[in-house]
Amino acid sequence: MLEINNIEVHMGGQPIVRDISLRVIRGEMLGLLGPNGAGKSTLLRSILQLIPVQHGSVELEGRPTDTIPIQQRARTIAYVPQQGPVNWPLTVERLVALGRLPHLPAWQRPSRRDQEIVERILIETDLSHLKYRSATTLSGGERTRALLGRALAVDAPLLLADEPVAALDPAHQLQIMQLLRGYSSAGHAVIVVMHDLTLAARYCHRLALMHEGLLVANGSAREVLNAENLANVYNINARFGEDDDFYIIPWERVADRS
Amino acid sequence: MSISRLLTSLGLLVLVLMLISINLGTGQVNMFDLLNSDQGNAVRLILLEIRLPRTLIAAVAGASFGICGAAMQGLLRNPLASPGLIGSSSGAALGAVTVLYLGLGQTFWLLMPFGGMLGALIAMVLVYVLAGRDASIVTIVLAGIAINSLALALMSLILNLAPSPYAVREIVLWTLGSVTNLGMNDLWVLLPPTVLGWLLFAGTGQGLDLLTLGEDTAHSMGVNLGLLRSRIFLAVALSIGAAVSITGAIGFIGLVIPHLLRPLVAYQPGRLLPVSALGGAAMLLAADIVVRLMPPGPEIRIGVLTAVVGAPFFLFLILKTRRWQI
Repeated sequence: MLEINNIEVHMGGQPIVRDISLRVIRGEMLGLLGPNGAGKSTLLRSILQLIPVQHGSVELEGRPTDTIPIQQRARTIAYVPQQGPVNWPLTVERLVALGRLPHLPAWQRPSRRDQEIVERILIETDLSHLKYRSATTLSGGERTRALLGRALAVDAPLLLADEPVAALDPAHQLQIMQLLRGYSSAGHAVIVVMHDLTLAARYCHRLALMHEGLLVANGSAREVLNAENLANVYNINARFGEDDDFYIIPWERVADRS
Repeated sequence: MSISRLLTSLGLLVLVLMLISINLGTGQVNMFDLLNSDQGNAVRLILLEIRLPRTLIAAVAGASFGICGAAMQGLLRNPLASPGLIGSSSGAALGAVTVLYLGLGQTFWLLMPFGGMLGALIAMVLVYVLAGRDASIVTIVLAGIAINSLALALMSLILNLAPSPYAVREIVLWTLGSVTNLGMNDLWVLLPPTVLGWLLFAGTGQGLDLLTLGEDTAHSMGVNLGLLRSRIFLAVALSIGAAVSITGAIGFIGLVIPHLLRPLVAYQPGRLLPVSALGGAAMLLAADIVVRLMPPGPEIRIGVLTAVVGAPFFLFLILKTRRWQI
């Protein structure tokens, strides 16, 4: 679905993403991990052509992203940025319904099917009771769910989510991770940037660990989140859970080894 | 209220105001006299050459002010934006006044609206360049103030250099805005750039709706931001430039109307465009009717009326907005 080959991305003249190659297929949820400043958000933004790519290529279903017409790309990739604004006090329902716009020509009103999709997503994100509330009056967590709902409404084959559960309470964190996992199982490709190692390990099919613009590890949770990587990349050591309940609890900081 | 019902209601309001406007005035003439053909040329003259163009121009110019306000507020994602804020009105006024001063208005009258459009476009581009690409509303306001001041300074210069006190008076009164003494020729001059501007606005609704989510998300959903911006700037320059060069600078419609009507479209920027056009037409027609109903004396310019009503309203909006959390 998505193939990134040796890309380099600069911001402010500095290489933030230095040499990354990555592949994600439909039906797969990839957790993109790494310390702050590793280049995770920059990587996502470069996939969307929000930042130009210096070297290398990004391909969607075999086509370089810069050859795909902008409207088609909008139907193919859905994006939930970190802390996205809501500039007008739309109702939650209308906010989520914005996700259907890439499928509608300029003049067309949302169809019955569009409305059904929006209804379903409101239920899945536990927002039905807030349907007619102004989006600007929501709590942080409710708003995150609404913005994620908007992205799910696009029903795009690839979903890019930048820290979607950071502001949520534990119950909603689990719910959203479940939702994302379900979305990928339904045949979509998902890349989710996160910091919660346990949630990433439990819900993602595969993890990719970035450090200073490079890909340090790419594979299963156990392969990627071993003690050595945690120490080198995050400067922490952690307590690990048993075989069936794999959890990772950051336990203490270690000396910076970089 | 559904959008179609809202548009129909506003459309009817505009129609009613237009009928009132046509039937109002000295001479006790109304539409039905037109059917009475023994009244003859005087009736035709009053209705068709004096009142009808005035009414239509008020409607068209008012609609332009309204839709430009809605478009700028949608683009800048701020309910305090208006054509006046970003310099388009004063730029248009300066452009048209320059043409007036140079006497070119007499030789080729298409030059006035052209001057207005060019002035509006230059002013907006200057504000945009001054404020920078990802400017906050504060920066835009400051840049707008700077360019508005510059335009005012240049207009003062022109007044200073004007050949006669009569010319000064003309220019000053013209910048206060008026729809009197306008004929069908003025309407024909107004229409082409206005219609072109409105057509450009027509496809921008979806882009403005998506900007609710911020520029990055809008981009990810297929909005070409540079194109949207250029399109709206051009549309504003064409419609405001033409309107201001015919009627003078009439302020506050572009600010007040979108603000009032936004709750009626559930705050959706795209739907606000046609709704503000109708609202703006209604407001300017109503203001013109009020001006004509005033007791005899010095003529109250329509721009003065909209300012006297609009400025307190603007203050009220600011107070209300403070509680709203933009």
